Amino acid sequence: MSVPRYWRNIPQRVRMEALKCKSCGKIIYPPRAKCIYCGKNDFECYTIPEKGRLISFSIIRHPPIGFEHTTPYVVGIIEFENGLRISSQITDVDINELKIGMEVEQVFRKVSEDGKSGIIQYAIKFRPIFQNI
Amino acid sequence: MRRVAIISYGMTKVDRHWNKSIKDLFSEATLKAINKVNIPKVDAIFVGNMCASDLCDQNNIGTVVADHLGMIPIPSYRIEAACGSGGAAILSGFMAVSSGLFDIVVVGGVEKLTDGVGKKATFSLGKAADFEYELFYGITFASLNALIMRRYMEVYKVPREAFADFAVLMHRNGAKNPYAQLQFEINRETVLKSEDIADPIKLYDCAPIGDGAAVVILCPLEDASRYSDSFVEIAGIGSATDTIDIASREDLLLLKSILIAANNAYKMAKVSPSDIDLAEIHDAFTINAALSLEALGFSKRGEFDKLLYDGAFEPDGLIPVNLSGGLKSRGHPVGATGVYQIAEIIMQLLGEAGKNQLKNAEIGLAQNMAGVASNSYVTILKRCR
Ligand SMILES: [Zn+2]
Repeated sequence: MSVPRYWRNIPQRVRMEALKCKSCGKIIYPPRAKCIYCGKNDFECYTIPEKGRLISFSIIRHPPIGFEHTTPYVVGIIEFENGLRISSQITDVDINELKIGMEVEQVFRKVSEDGKSGIIQYAIKFRPIFQNI
Repeated sequence: MRRVAIISYGMTKVDRHWNKSIKDLFSEATLKAINKVNIPKVDAIFVGNMCASDLCDQNNIGTVVADHLGMIPIPSYRIEAACGSGGAAILSGFMAVSSGLFDIVVVGGVEKLTDGVGKKATFSLGKAADFEYELFYGITFASLNALIMRRYMEVYKVPREAFADFAVLMHRNGAKNPYAQLQFEINRETVLKSEDIADPIKLYDCAPIGDGAAVVILCPLEDASRYSDSFVEIAGIGSATDTIDIASREDLLLLKSILIAANNAYKMAKVSPSDIDLAEIHDAFTINAALSLEALGFSKRGEFDKLLYDGAFEPDGLIPVNLSGGLKSRGHPVGATGVYQIAEIIMQLLGEAGKNQLKNAEIGLAQNMAGVASNSYVTILKRCR
């Protein structure tokens, strides 16, 4: 991915910024020109909560280019209190401990390298929250 | 709007055609189609293709195939809607003929996946999904379907074996289709013991990587009998889109674009799901089959396995599904798949389907899509007698 292309999405990659529709109140992520629920385009900035729940996951055994070094790795769909769902990578987890419904939280991580000379791409991933006894 | 007929079809076997190029495949299918009918000219070519830019280092596919076929200077261009490119090409051809702009149109699809070595093909196919918000995070196309499959099993309590058994049915049909890539039968264990791709998806839940081309010829219905003794009508056609990323969907288990495309196609054809004699559906992964059959109105939501075990999708069942073997067994030369489906329905309606021939099929449906149904095409064909 080119530097400008990575740079453009820093608010989402790094700060998990979404849009909140002022008209219907729904959260739009990824950001769009118009609300996918009501069609209006009056938004305010909304930061996605730190914590959510894993509602589905998959363990990737055949990686695409750039992800060979982390295989197998886990991806999932995370649902937040307000019903918003996003997809991301799930990290810092033993694949045998994965469970639907498990609580996860944001963590800043390296995602992939663009070859030997390309940029290293970082973004928010999600990791399980383990309750301390 | 003029009514539109399909007067001919041609296809190559789906295979790893190491010795054939994208041009060779498309010309082979086109010449088969043209040689069966008596047409004075071709006005335009629409060619569905997804991966040539990535895997064959070639854009401008319309010109490439028109040149190879000696059809210069007619209009010819490529239609791209990822894995739905074939269905999109059919819709484009339909619009061109029904509008009156063109009379005789060649609509085809071609894909040459084996020109991409190693992970290149997987990466190229992944581009059907959202590059910035899915692929960026290492989410693969198979894993998107896996996320939906796990959710389906969780919500509806459908056993994993049901998906394996759908693949078994596909291979049973495909074993009898001379154009199919995987012409052999499998059993439940073949699927369950196959390699993990993206849990819970295993190798035998997935369509294979292969090359192929399929072509049909469209003309106004009123002219069809001048060119051919046998033909079908495109009685209904519909298309719709959905969010490019799957997480944005309010209902992860409803493939809404299929539902909308199908409803539009049913309405245009003035038929309902119960009138359909056979269907070719887009089972790139076994989970796609379940959700497609539900969105098309052939199964209640979450009950795909009940119908499967009732035999509803068998060749002698309520709604025979993928007599060709589907994407699972016939193969999935992505940009061509939507046109293969149309050709296979035509073979059934005209009584040319060989060992898989149904008795008295009059109305068939083809459903093709891109990504996890972010872009859908549903076409209803009627036998003309
Ligand atoms: Zn809104």
